[in-house]
Amino acid sequence: MSLDYTTPEFLIERNRDRCIDCKVCVNQCANEAHEYDEEENKVVSDDVKCVNCHRCVALCPTRALTIRRYPLEYRQNAGWTAHDINSIYKQAASGGILLTGMGTDRNYPIFWDHLLLNASQVTNPSIDPLREPMELKTFLGRKPNTLKIENGRLTEKMPPQLELELPIMFGAMSFGSVSLNVQKSLARAAAESGTYFNTGEGGLHSDLYRYGGNAIVQVASGRFGVYSEYLNAGSAVEIKIGQGAKPGIGGHLPGEKVGREVSLTRMIPEGSDAISPAPHHDIYSIEDLGQLIFSLKEATNYEKPVSVKIAAVHNVAAIASGIVRAGADIVTIDGLRGGTGAAPLRTRDNVGIPIELALAAVDTRLREEGIRHRVSLVIAGSVRNSADIVKAVALGADAVYIASAALISLGCHMCQKCYTGKCNWGIATQNPNLVKRLNPDIGAQRVANLLRAWTLEIKELLGGMGINALESLRGNRLMLRGVGLSEKELQILGVKAAGE
Amino acid sequence: MKRVYAKEEVCAGCKLCEVHCIVAHSQYPNDVVKAFKKGVPPLSRVIVEENRPVSFALQCRHCDDAPCTKACITGAMHRDPKTGIVINDEERCVGCWTCILACPFGAVQRDETGKKAASKCDLCSNGDGVPACVANCPNDALIFEERE
Repeated sequence: MSLDYTTPEFLIERNRDRCIDCKVCVNQCANEAHEYDEEENKVVSDDVKCVNCHRCVALCPTRALTIRRYPLEYRQNAGWTAHDINSIYKQAASGGILLTGMGTDRNYPIFWDHLLLNASQVTNPSIDPLREPMELKTFLGRKPNTLKIENGRLTEKMPPQLELELPIMFGAMSFGSVSLNVQKSLARAAAESGTYFNTGEGGLHSDLYRYGGNAIVQVASGRFGVYSEYLNAGSAVEIKIGQGAKPGIGGHLPGEKVGREVSLTRMIPEGSDAISPAPHHDIYSIEDLGQLIFSLKEATNYEKPVSVKIAAVHNVAAIASGIVRAGADIVTIDGLRGGTGAAPLRTRDNVGIPIELALAAVDTRLREEGIRHRVSLVIAGSVRNSADIVKAVALGADAVYIASAALISLGCHMCQKCYTGKCNWGIATQNPNLVKRLNPDIGAQRVANLLRAWTLEIKELLGGMGINALESLRGNRLMLRGVGLSEKELQILGVKAAGE
Repeated sequence: MKRVYAKEEVCAGCKLCEVHCIVAHSQYPNDVVKAFKKGVPPLSRVIVEENRPVSFALQCRHCDDAPCTKACITGAMHRDPKTGIVINDEERCVGCWTCILACPFGAVQRDETGKKAASKCDLCSNGDGVPACVANCPNDALIFEERE
């Protein structure tokens, strides 16, 4: 065997004064970075296998472990970084595409961090959410052109709507890419909090049909698990055209993850690769998309809103306009920094545009065309906290999807190794040994806690602005000011500069 | 009486229950490092049974008609009349290990570290109520509760 140029990415430091050789780290590392040396009667580690997921660190009963970036440096070179050089070593050895997981880790601008919120001072009163009611209720779906009211009652028949108690839903993550315990946790938390989880393109497991009232069922290019009962089990149907982490390409769930349960849910043979084509083979135009939208509406008796999810790409505003005209009730836009269970590294890190710009561009365009009311806008792709959500709503979003954040609340440590199937936190894996590590009782509670905490924070921020209903903030870009942004960026975002 | 019950489906097999059982029954119940590093640590009275992916922590079931108490030749293994906990009185135990033969769960072990006594779960009856294995399970796979 020729020389392997792989060097460790991380250094495992074991404090021998504290290590009691209990082997908890050994039995918890699916990458086998820790090993018990019987001859020496002690636990030893192999740095090169470590992915820095912190499982051992979190479970070590004596806090004997620390993980650091491996201190090996290349000769300083501003152009050729260690990442560039190591990537070439890997590809020279494998001849393959580089794979990765989660959202991009490149240093693209995060516009949320260049947008600042307003607050009331003197001339208008702020509101204390602990003392006064604060409304976050959100309805997603097509709104009629006019509202007919007779005798003080609404007589207009409203198109189907999703009713959310808070403007946060769980983004699409399929059973297959994540474990069933993840979906169970999200489904329960969604039911408890009055919101929705999204099945992703992997169908709905039979255990989760009872959470159909809180499910958005996805129809993607592979059409896995799609049949009439599935479509009607959910509260809305989402057509997945693209994903922020990997616009323009499909998906591939390797056969080893297609066990009995995944096979039954996806309706494909056990052990077979689940390949989602890059395009939907029946959609080559807006008109084709319209046909699928109305096929799904027909199949669900026009009782459920249909969402179309696209990745944020260059002409996103025009594409979104076409989607609205094709009959979608909800447009979901997934940004450049969105996560994934597996994507080619170069696609993840180089394709798409930031969600903030895409959202502003789409909202502006739909308003200009007078069709904004015909659709609800949902955004996804690295929404990190409640302030991001408030800013998104002010930019024009009706609601947001959170996925990475939800997984982090379940224990994800963002090690980006989802694609290996060795997730030590029992999240992005189908290995029965690892799946058990996520207790859905704990998971559901933690995710629900996160939603509760963010809800409280959103109310605080709204109250500070003197707003008592999220509806009053929607598209209210005057509540935002930009800092450190160019004229052009401010223009696209439709916000004034701080101080203006 | 309250007993420890295992939820097999969420047992991660980390064996922290064993670690904390050892600590709780050592000379240093509040110091994990010293419990292991000072002298010979005691045996764990809880054992994680594994046949991957199946794993669960097993400890004395404190049976209502505990066969070990009937088998004991000295009366060392006895049921506390107040708490119902089956305890081994190490002063009286002679190490004949008849209890080990009699236990249907394999929950009694030979403890050859000190005296010739049998080692078994005492539900941490010297502690603050919740057994150490239950209190330290990172995935709530052990529950201490009263069941019919």
